[in-house]
Amino acid sequence: MAKKEEDVKLLGFWASPFSGRVKMALKLKGVSYEYLEQDIVDKSALLLELNPVFKKVPVLVHEGKILAESHLILEYIDQTWKNNPILPQDPYEKAMARFWAKFVDEQVGPVCFKSVAKPDKGIEVAIEEGQELITFLEKELTGKDFFGGKTIGFLDLVAGSMIPFCIARGWEGMGINMIPEEKFPELNRWIKNLSDIEIVRECIPHREKQIEHMMKVAERIKLA
Amino acid sequence: MGEREEVKLLGTWYSPVVARAKIALRLKSIDYDYFEEDLFGSKSELLLKSNPVHKKVPVLIHNNRAVVESLNIVEYIDETWNSSRPSILPFYPHDRAIARFWSAFVDDKWFPTLIATTITKSENAKAKGMEEVGEGLLLLEDAFISISKGKRFFGGEVIGFMDICLGSFLVIVKARENLKGENILDKSKTPSLCKWANEFLSDDTVKNVVPEIDRVVKFMREFEAETQTRAS
Repeated sequence: MAKKEEDVKLLGFWASPFSGRVKMALKLKGVSYEYLEQDIVDKSALLLELNPVFKKVPVLVHEGKILAESHLILEYIDQTWKNNPILPQDPYEKAMARFWAKFVDEQVGPVCFKSVAKPDKGIEVAIEEGQELITFLEKELTGKDFFGGKTIGFLDLVAGSMIPFCIARGWEGMGINMIPEEKFPELNRWIKNLSDIEIVRECIPHREKQIEHMMKVAERIKLA
Repeated sequence: MGEREEVKLLGTWYSPVVARAKIALRLKSIDYDYFEEDLFGSKSELLLKSNPVHKKVPVLIHNNRAVVESLNIVEYIDETWNSSRPSILPFYPHDRAIARFWSAFVDDKWFPTLIATTITKSENAKAKGMEEVGEGLLLLEDAFISISKGKRFFGGEVIGFMDICLGSFLVIVKARENLKGENILDKSKTPSLCKWANEFLSDDTVKNVVPEIDRVVKFMREFEAETQTRAS
């Protein structure tokens, strides 16, 4: 049964890794959707109406049902469209994927970008602390093509949208070598694997634009 | 039937998030061994080994595999013992997303705002914080009315995911009300939530699992005195 585009709407922001991962998930499942680019500074009436609690993107609307918060949206997409599973079946593996995804967004993102943009204890310390966290992810990847195993899964979508195609653009702009190949061979191999996947390539922001955007974000962090 | 499955829970008696795991285990009638951690003293080998990233409780160890973070643990329990009634997460994907959404709101926005009012020295910040806490409760009141559809709990007739998430903080809220003479859960503003709170705290799966309010009041009083002594 063909799904009308209007059944699914996604409110997002082009540079947001949180929006990016939802796009990847929808593409992975072959779901057509209408994309509504949002201004995250001057927020639209629609965004404020659909997500009054957090006032953030992404927001997914499916058959009138409103979903907010990217991890929840990914789980909803996974449970609604059963092809190409995103989360593992095994409860323990699922719990681990959820744990690491939260770790990426709540620890890796802030520490490896905000602290680097505004290094209160000096840039070397900031990099060291960032690398300490990233080492956990390096270990998780050992012997695997992706966090999800042979194919991309939940953690690949979360970490993929956040690290190589978002904060790494910031590192590039700032001239920081956060994940050198000799220290993080697995992670670098994973990034290459991800970049070869059409779904990922189609949903990541344009490289130069993203570098420019992340430098602006870094400036705001410095001034805060 | 096979061997008895080995289930261990590492926690502290006062932690509301540890209570979440205990309630979930109780709901599914799962036997487990409980280990009290001394987080102010030194953390056990087992804790450091099973949660090397955050070194926090609760940790659920099931057949030698460690699951961490309270809501992860609750979902894990629900998915692993999925043939035991009741179901903790709702059945439909959208209802699940709603339950998870409100628990994200409680954990990431509402409860941290409440805690911040305890820590801040600024009267202004405290007043603003408490106002936000009140606004949050109004949102939760509406959410409860819409989700419970007239039944006793967010989960319906039986405690569910959202009940466990918000309910686990009730003892701290009531202890705080006792200690500071504040009125956080106000019957005139959030009558349905107040009724729900009583139902939750008197439920069999919760009653002997969450700490007693008086014990928590004493703990808060001692903790506050200790913090102030260290600060001066």
